[in-house]
Amino acid sequence: MSEQLAVPLTGWGKPTPLSLFRLAISRIATMSLVEVQKLRHDRTELFTRAIQPALWLIIFGETFTRLRAIPTGHIPYIDYLAPGIIAQSALFIAIFYGIQVIWERDAGVLAKLMVTPTPRIALVTGKAFAASIRALIQALVVLILAALLGVALTDNPLKLLGMVALVSLGSCFFCCLSITIAGLALTHDRLMGIGQAITMPLFFGSSALYPINLMPDWLRFFNLINPLGYEVDGLRGLLIGTPAQLGLDFGVLALASIFMISIASALLVRLAR
Amino acid sequence: MTTRTVPPAVRVTGVRHRFGDTVAVDGVDFDVAAGMVFGLLGPNGAGKTTTLRMITTLLPAPPGTIEVFGLDVARHKLAVRRLIGYVPQRLSADGALTGWENVALFARLYDVPRARRRQVVDTALESVGLVDVAGRTASTYSGGMIRRLELAQALVNAPRLLMLDEPTIGLDPIARTSVWERILEVRANTGMTVLVTTHYMDEADQYCDRIALMHHGRIRAMGTPAELKASVDPDATLDDVFRAVTGDELRSSPGERMRDVRATRRTAHRLG
Ligand SMILES: Nc1ncnc2c1ncn2[C@@H]1O[C@H](COP(=O)(O)OP(=O)(O)OP(=O)(O)O)[C@@H](O)[C@H]1O
Ligand SMILES: [Mg+2]
Repeated sequence: MSEQLAVPLTGWGKPTPLSLFRLAISRIATMSLVEVQKLRHDRTELFTRAIQPALWLIIFGETFTRLRAIPTGHIPYIDYLAPGIIAQSALFIAIFYGIQVIWERDAGVLAKLMVTPTPRIALVTGKAFAASIRALIQALVVLILAALLGVALTDNPLKLLGMVALVSLGSCFFCCLSITIAGLALTHDRLMGIGQAITMPLFFGSSALYPINLMPDWLRFFNLINPLGYEVDGLRGLLIGTPAQLGLDFGVLALASIFMISIASALLVRLAR
Repeated sequence: MTTRTVPPAVRVTGVRHRFGDTVAVDGVDFDVAAGMVFGLLGPNGAGKTTTLRMITTLLPAPPGTIEVFGLDVARHKLAVRRLIGYVPQRLSADGALTGWENVALFARLYDVPRARRRQVVDTALESVGLVDVAGRTASTYSGGMIRRLELAQALVNAPRLLMLDEPTIGLDPIARTSVWERILEVRANTGMTVLVTTHYMDEADQYCDRIALMHHGRIRAMGTPAELKASVDPDATLDDVFRAVTGDELRSSPGERMRDVRATRRTAHRLG
């Protein structure tokens, strides 16, 4: 038997900030790896989930482009819509992670992880990472489809990289929002109710489907405090070159993500009690 | 920490916990000396699981204090978590991961160095007899297989303190024996301490060095199996001790039994 001696008892006093930081980074990597392993076991799901955004783009996009019902200036409506659909599918994926965390709680997995030397922030960030990966795979599907439908997308690698960052930040925010709600709702049924009640307003209360200047004032204000609005604005600017406040978009999403990661981590312990 | 006398593996002092109106643990004190197998016994709802969960840092314990190898659990959560391995009462393995990945995850979380990780995981799976199914997702495992997988997870980095909440429930007799053999083997190799709850009196008698009997959130009797038996009757069994200490309430209320059944079903459902 190659059993090593158990961990030494001494030397585990109060951890220093640096050692905590290192630990957090290492655990975030571990929890992200685990999420990748889970995705690998469930590859079909990755693609079946891409059907919905594809339908939005093809049916909604093509129809409204023909109808010219939504004035988007000199840009065809389907071009205008494609970045919005990427943001939308990222939102729908991320919002699901709160439910997954509740499932893992019910299966006893969460409590077991929380008893290991793993900072809560790593458990939350692992989920956020998984949400980003899924969202990016869907974004790829939407981009390919959009290109086939003749949308004039950027081919600038830097801008595409910017898209990756923006989609990741957006997924991270909404994933952590969902975990936060899970930490407050505590049960699967309540979370489903709340999740549905907020997902649709977030989506329709953003510029994903129509330009801001078509919105009534109150909706315009909501778009202003809705992170999805910033994600859409940035994605549109990067992908089809509409005027966008990229600095503001990235700044708002980055701050909102950090804020949400902290809250979700703090509430996670409620789920394990 | 200075070099004083070796602190006990666990020291629980004046610990209480309530869930709403239910007082689950109502002032519990006990020490578990390093290196021993300590059994926590008691009828359903006695507060055993709640006590274990407080030691794992999951539940707060004020106004009581809990020390694990001299470390205050409330103040040194991270340090305490490095020292413990925990198998909860309800079956729990990540059904979306394979058996191998489940154990490898815990090897990473307990900082098994990368160079040794593969081998450590293989050894852990081998020792619980799961090598052949290691590549299957845990959602396809039977209850007993999940239990053994959990043991492999908890033991992957030879914890100082292993906490097992009814580890052998639902295991066939051979698996039960092999689980205990595995635990005792690791203890012999590393000197780890074991804190276990069980409803099997024969197991407690055979494997525990010391036993505490809980009832209604309090410890009603404590000692070696021999001492406890002798205190009741010269030729009493541990069953008799249990009955003497808990009165005639061997069965919990029907409501509580239903709760257990439902929880077990739910777990089975999630994993399936
Ligand atoms: N999460 C919870 N919420 C509310 N009450 C709880 C919770 N967990 C335990 N209890 C209550 O606390 C008391 C002690 O429960 P605990 O699970 O610690 O008992 P136990 O000794 O482990 O019982 P068993 O042998 O059935 O596992 C019980 O009355 C139970 O109903
Ligand atoms: Mg219990």
